[in-house]
Amino acid sequence: MATRPPGVSEQDFQRALTEFREAVGDDWVFSSDEDLHAYRDHFSYIKDQPNELIPSAAVGPQEVEQVQAIVRTANRYRIPLYAISTGKNFAYGGPSPNVRGSVTVDLKRMNRVLEVDASRNFALVEPGVSYIDLYRYIQERGLKVWIDTPDPGWGSPIGNALDHGIGYTMGFYRDHFGAHCGMEVVLPNGELMRTGMGALPASKSWHEYRHGYGPDPSGLFGQGSFGIVTKMGFRLMPQPEHWRNGLVTVPRRRDFIALVDRVNYMTDLSIIGEPWYGSPLQQLLGNTEFREAALAFNEEEMDRLAAAAGLHSFQVELQFYGSERTTLANWEYAQELISRVVPGARFTDGESLPVPLTHEQIHETTGPYPTNMRRNITQGVPGIGVWYQTGRTEQNPNSWNETHIGLFSLVGRSGEAVFQAQRDFADIATRVGMPSTFPNAIQTGVNWYQFSFLMGNGFALGGAATPEGKQRATVMLRRILEENAKLGYGDYRAPPILQDDVANQYSFNDHALRRFNETLKNAIDPNGILSPGRAGIWPAAYGNLRGSLRG
Amino acid sequence: MNARFSVGLMSGALIALISAALPLQAQDRAAIDRGNAKFQHSCAPCHGPGPGDDGRALLPGTDALRIKYRGTTVPAVLEQRSDLPYAALRVFVRQGSMSMPPFRPTELTDREIEDIAAYLAESSRNAAEN
Repeated sequence: MATRPPGVSEQDFQRALTEFREAVGDDWVFSSDEDLHAYRDHFSYIKDQPNELIPSAAVGPQEVEQVQAIVRTANRYRIPLYAISTGKNFAYGGPSPNVRGSVTVDLKRMNRVLEVDASRNFALVEPGVSYIDLYRYIQERGLKVWIDTPDPGWGSPIGNALDHGIGYTMGFYRDHFGAHCGMEVVLPNGELMRTGMGALPASKSWHEYRHGYGPDPSGLFGQGSFGIVTKMGFRLMPQPEHWRNGLVTVPRRRDFIALVDRVNYMTDLSIIGEPWYGSPLQQLLGNTEFREAALAFNEEEMDRLAAAAGLHSFQVELQFYGSERTTLANWEYAQELISRVVPGARFTDGESLPVPLTHEQIHETTGPYPTNMRRNITQGVPGIGVWYQTGRTEQNPNSWNETHIGLFSLVGRSGEAVFQAQRDFADIATRVGMPSTFPNAIQTGVNWYQFSFLMGNGFALGGAATPEGKQRATVMLRRILEENAKLGYGDYRAPPILQDDVANQYSFNDHALRRFNETLKNAIDPNGILSPGRAGIWPAAYGNLRGSLRG
Repeated sequence: MNARFSVGLMSGALIALISAALPLQAQDRAAIDRGNAKFQHSCAPCHGPGPGDDGRALLPGTDALRIKYRGTTVPAVLEQRSDLPYAALRVFVRQGSMSMPPFRPTELTDREIEDIAAYLAESSRNAAEN
């Protein structure tokens, strides 16, 4: 499996490894197959293939100065680097680089929580800190602030935010990159830079005003390859005193439009946390008549069958943070707002609990109504419990979900946009030869980002566990990305094997955005050593590799 | 005289043995404590005994091992396993197992895996006694 950085002689590679060892110590440079095994993507679609994205070595700095030294060495020998934080970005490539033979800069040992301010509500962390680490740090000190965790929570706040990850509490905090405030970055030439107020040496407000003065380049480091982020500030939500939830259902299919409109209103007034949409009609999927109506988008028939079964068409579970009285007032206000525009809407009280919830309350799954809400993440409590979705099951005790891959398209935050996406995704699935057996007509958007929906196409990657199956699935996914883009749906995140494909879809004015980014990339990183190919941005030095993973 | 000498010799040997054993026990204790802390940090979120998500009775790692070892006497909870010495534990940590990804030396050093193995040896003994 041993490999070398592309275009680098064995002699130069060995010299670079020697310099890396001088920078971080012998114990923290890894180049044996055994050590590098854990730097492969455990869920790779090209595992064990000649083009698998494996590193040639890994180096684990503990200090910023060591990161700077590594970057300078990489420039000296033209070695591509790929920085990871906790390396848990599974479904999006895990720790694997975009260029086979890169040297992975493993930032896990930079694992200090540098500051948590529970009065001004921010944290400053290093990249190796996980959500679980930060949560425990806060709990051990009894601080009254929440993190907003992704699920699972073994990843890094910095890594997750930089890949535009999301969470599940109040709107502002759910966009993890949007909730960052100030960062420190090692630039491709080894220089250290701070953004926002951090650029003012004596500043006391680095994590309170992120814009600083002049253009703010922070966005370049999100899904970017313009530097290695070594510190990052995050806004934290103050711990509320009380949490309450409630279920809203609307009877007819078209009522969903008014429902989304009112939920948007409450979301953007910061009255509610993440709304969890769904459809009670999932209960009818075993009914052949309903299933056929849903696959055909026969709305009248769906409404008729739903009414006959005594079921409503769509639902949203709302959650409120505040005091007991304010959460009750807001829940009553939500009922009033929705009742005004949706005749026949039903409202069911959920739980009303003082915060913090107890361990038992967090794991409680019974309640006034069946719920899909994963309560720990609504409370900012990170865990790994959701990983069961990838593991053995009673039905498949000797296999696991090794085709775990993440692709979600941005969809406008309206009922009309969701209905259009349902039809578009069903049509696309048919066109690519994977007609959905799951009726897209009852699929709803997820409101992880406050101002948009994300939706996935409804199809299964059955039989994709073999190398041939993965190849077939990859070809199909590429085709779907192309078809999605023709209709205006772009993805927000992708694993390395599909990053060129996703980037290709953002092609307005002859790829003006990509050309702009690559102009910057070549200016800032003339040797192209930092994460070449990340998010489809190829520096000139590695331009010949664009699209190389397409085979 | 001879008997007194023998007793004296034995006492001396005992004292020597105890003095050699004390620091060793302290070292073991420290390793077990470190292993416990590291286990709770890095392993227990998936392999602990607590309830899982979405109404599942067990956490994912524990549940996976329950399914794997169904019909055997091998416990699903790692802290009850007496068959995970360092060498075996290291294979699972470094190679991963099905949906459990491998862990890098920056996440768990070999020394830390040794500590966890020491902790599991003790925790499984305690579980068996209780």
